[in-house]
Amino acid sequence: MANLARMRANGRTKDAGEILLEAEHVAKYYGTDAKNEQQRVLVLDDISIQVKSGEFVAILGPSGSGKSTLLRILGGLIRASDGSVRYRGTEVTAPNTNLALIFQTFALFPWLTVLENVELGLEAQPNLTRTQKTKRALAAIDTIGLDGFEDAYPKELSGGMRQRVGFARALVVQPELLFMDEPFSALDVLTAENLRNELMRLWREGRIPTKAILLITHSIEEAVFMADRIVVMGHDPGRIRAILTGIPLAERGTKTPAAEALIDLVYTIITQPDEDAADLMAGRVNAGTGGTTTPERAKSAAKNYQTLPHVKIGVINGLAERVLRAGGREDLFVLGRELQLEIDDLLPIVEAIELLGFGEATGGDLVLSDAGKQLAEGDDQTDKTLFRQQALAHIALIRQIADTLATAEDHELDSDEIREQLEEHFSPDEAERQFGTAIDWARYAELFAYDDESGLLYLEDALTGE
Amino acid sequence: MAQIYLPERTEEQNRPQRSPIPSTTREQRETNTGPQATVTPTRQPGLADVAVIVGLVGLVALIIAGAGRATAHSTDTVISLSPAVLPLYAGYSLLRMVLAYILSLTFTLVYGHVAATNARARSIMVSMLDILQSIPILSFLPGVVLALIALFPNSSLGVELSAIILIFTSQAWNMTFSFYHSVKTLPLDLQEAATVYRLTPWRRFTRLELPFGMLGLVWNSMMSWAGGWFFLMAAEQLTLGKRSFRLPGIGSYLQTAANRGDVRALILGLGTLVLVIILLDLLFWRPLVAWSDKFKFEQTKSSDTPESPVLDFLRRSALLEQFTTRFWRPFMDRFNLVLDRIVPGETLSLMTEGEAVPRRVTAATVAGWAVTALIVAGALFGVFNAVKLLAQVSVHDWGQILLGGLLTFLRTVVTLALGLAWTLPLGVAIGTNPKWSRRLQPVVQVVASIPATALFPILLIGLLRLPAGIEFAAILLMLLGTQWYMLFNIIAGASSIPTDLREAARVYQVTGWRRWRTLILPCVFPYLVTGLITASGGAWNASVVAEFVQFNGSTHATLGLGSLIAQSAAQNHLAVLLASTIFMAAIVVTINRLVWRRMYNLADRKYALG
Repeated sequence: MANLARMRANGRTKDAGEILLEAEHVAKYYGTDAKNEQQRVLVLDDISIQVKSGEFVAILGPSGSGKSTLLRILGGLIRASDGSVRYRGTEVTAPNTNLALIFQTFALFPWLTVLENVELGLEAQPNLTRTQKTKRALAAIDTIGLDGFEDAYPKELSGGMRQRVGFARALVVQPELLFMDEPFSALDVLTAENLRNELMRLWREGRIPTKAILLITHSIEEAVFMADRIVVMGHDPGRIRAILTGIPLAERGTKTPAAEALIDLVYTIITQPDEDAADLMAGRVNAGTGGTTTPERAKSAAKNYQTLPHVKIGVINGLAERVLRAGGREDLFVLGRELQLEIDDLLPIVEAIELLGFGEATGGDLVLSDAGKQLAEGDDQTDKTLFRQQALAHIALIRQIADTLATAEDHELDSDEIREQLEEHFSPDEAERQFGTAIDWARYAELFAYDDESGLLYLEDALTGE
Repeated sequence: MAQIYLPERTEEQNRPQRSPIPSTTREQRETNTGPQATVTPTRQPGLADVAVIVGLVGLVALIIAGAGRATAHSTDTVISLSPAVLPLYAGYSLLRMVLAYILSLTFTLVYGHVAATNARARSIMVSMLDILQSIPILSFLPGVVLALIALFPNSSLGVELSAIILIFTSQAWNMTFSFYHSVKTLPLDLQEAATVYRLTPWRRFTRLELPFGMLGLVWNSMMSWAGGWFFLMAAEQLTLGKRSFRLPGIGSYLQTAANRGDVRALILGLGTLVLVIILLDLLFWRPLVAWSDKFKFEQTKSSDTPESPVLDFLRRSALLEQFTTRFWRPFMDRFNLVLDRIVPGETLSLMTEGEAVPRRVTAATVAGWAVTALIVAGALFGVFNAVKLLAQVSVHDWGQILLGGLLTFLRTVVTLALGLAWTLPLGVAIGTNPKWSRRLQPVVQVVASIPATALFPILLIGLLRLPAGIEFAAILLMLLGTQWYMLFNIIAGASSIPTDLREAARVYQVTGWRRWRTLILPCVFPYLVTGLITASGGAWNASVVAEFVQFNGSTHATLGLGSLIAQSAAQNHLAVLLASTIFMAAIVVTINRLVWRRMYNLADRKYALG
């Protein structure tokens, strides 16, 4: 195993730079009629990306940016709607056979022991004897620090140990490409840190027998500390906003000023989804990073429709109160670190605050508006009044429902009409979530009520004034 | 597939984890003797091995005896009532059950897999299954028996086979539904892992689909066996027109005893049957349930795991251990490699989410069309003949069928109401009391698996003396055949009531009827609906046996759809049989769609906990 890994490591330096995987103008859309541009829902828009031999690439983006979908398209698990994916120059039309995948959920077979799970990838290789398979599996288990657990079942292991099984299963097939889909996000902070360091040590020492690694993550620090290149994605629709060069391999894992500067830059780009990434980077070239950006295009079709972030009211209030204590302005990076929120958790709250006019994110800070300050100070009743007023003013969907109900004769509305309208702009699942969030907010604001059994939206008697 | 019976890698679960071994020594040992043998110390032969050998010899003897009987040149056997024949008869019945079960299992795995994985075949296959399971089992009887007897005119093989196929029709459907549902609900990440790690279709089946469906399969197999015993009684003694066929077995023994009014033989036969059922439970089902616990799809180990002393005993057998490492595993390795090559299916497929994919015309698609064309032609021919047959049914017969349907419907309603009236209070009482639940659960399970059809002759002796006795008897038999589904589900539902809700009810002094209305009934409701669905289908099916009884040399019948089916089958009156069968299947499917499915959806939406 060690010999083999060294060979691989040598191989990696030798043919470094060779393009392994290349995506050109990849797009993905859902919808009843994919040909009809009006009807379809765009999930990924015009993605072009290259993965070279010897490279560690991180794809970073908030939820809803289609990172996981992109990963599966690159791996040949899902078909792209448009554009092409090539592996070593050959068009990808089936799941890539030189690929190993590590899952956020581990995806271990609960009825197989650790050893059997690791052997799984070798099972269908007829040219290996049972002994050879077991030997290779045990070597991989050894490398990843799982020895002693060969005969345990996954359910007997902690989350960290389970993900180690996932790594061993991936390494044992000696893939050319290793894809990792948020591999640490189901783990607690310390375990994730530990496993990340372990993986980076193996990668640095050339003991990971793959030519390139592609990491999907929503953690900025994870991307900065691990990757040679960071692809920053935006959402609605999922698109590439910037491709940044990472810090040198030797410096990773330590908090150098360069790393801090890169983290700050990525934070700035990600927290200002509507700004052009190039403008944001312009003032920061001294941070020592290079890279390319994709200029923001004119607002695309999907962008016209307001997307609600799925955030609960209490969280919006809580964040507003926290920012007010800091004087109405606070660094988002500080907020995220202090509240232990990944950008994936923090960003939707910030978006909700912006959307409702309670504040604004500028230059990596969250600044409360007057309404936001009132919200943070107010008691329950004034909060509700404020929320009602802001929701009616800024949330198109809530305003539309409220208006329709006010004019309807019996003050009732079939929610299917709203659902159908939403499904023109979102996938069915997302449409349902959008509806749920709108209902949640409107209920809090006491704007209208909803009966799940009959599927009717209606004004409560108190609201109709009858 | 044989993995179901032979526990693989059995030792891990009760062995403490061994300490890490330096990798160099491990590799050395592997190259010498292979990894498995070195892990556990070699065991000495012991009592367990004697038991295993005796079991094997017994099984072989039984199969040989059965084969000898099947080829015997007689189509009607005289049933002896001597107690000495009981072990042999019980063995014959058991063998029939085992063969029918193997048939059911094979059907389940193939049909369930294809229905779940082939999008084009799915809709047809699932609705076909839905209809098949609502057809009363005995309606299959004349067709199956006539065809098989025509095939084997001079031996009892035809009758044996038709008995087995009849039992199969009472076992297969629920197992198939369970397996189909499991494969359909496979977690996406495991499917992706199977694709990325390039499992062949065969490995995907044995490593993913089968294990994931295992728990459901085991529980449904137990239910199917109970159903199989119920209809074994009818399958071992068939009357078709003027001919009657008897097969030596515990079912025909009981019927003969009842016909002759031999109470001693009845009790002996019943005792033997109960003994067989208890032994099966102890020696087969409990070990299987304990073993299949490792297939539970859970991420953390639960504290409450089923145990079986018999399984522990077998796991300590040195002989089985040796057999597994020396013979079974190498054999399975080779077997798997062969099947990797021959089992069809796409190893690597691109998920397309309903987008149209240009299809290539291959030999497989042509073969698919040919099979489809054959099926369509066969179905058309069948429909044509069915219409011709139905045209022969007189207006009077149609009237009888409609009236019979109404009467049987009323009987099923009464049956369900009676069953509910006693199972609901008792089930809730047992389920909410963990101590009683643990004690009574095994008892209830064994009692429930005693087929009502075996008890029936004894009950008939008393009931037929009463005025309108057959009416009582019919409802009683339908009740005996269906109440257990309700009881099991109610116990399960009541024991799933969360402790915090119960405590909240106590703290806020919710008692009496309010406690039932706000706490117990809503929690039990989803389980209750599941139990009622099964019981309702079971009651319709049992009506065929319950409404038409041949007993003590005379025939007792009451008007109903079930008795029409039984009667027309016995008199080989195919037109009426077909008409009433179609009518019954239509009623059952309609009730399922209109009543049960709606209630099920309601239960799922409103009363599902968590």
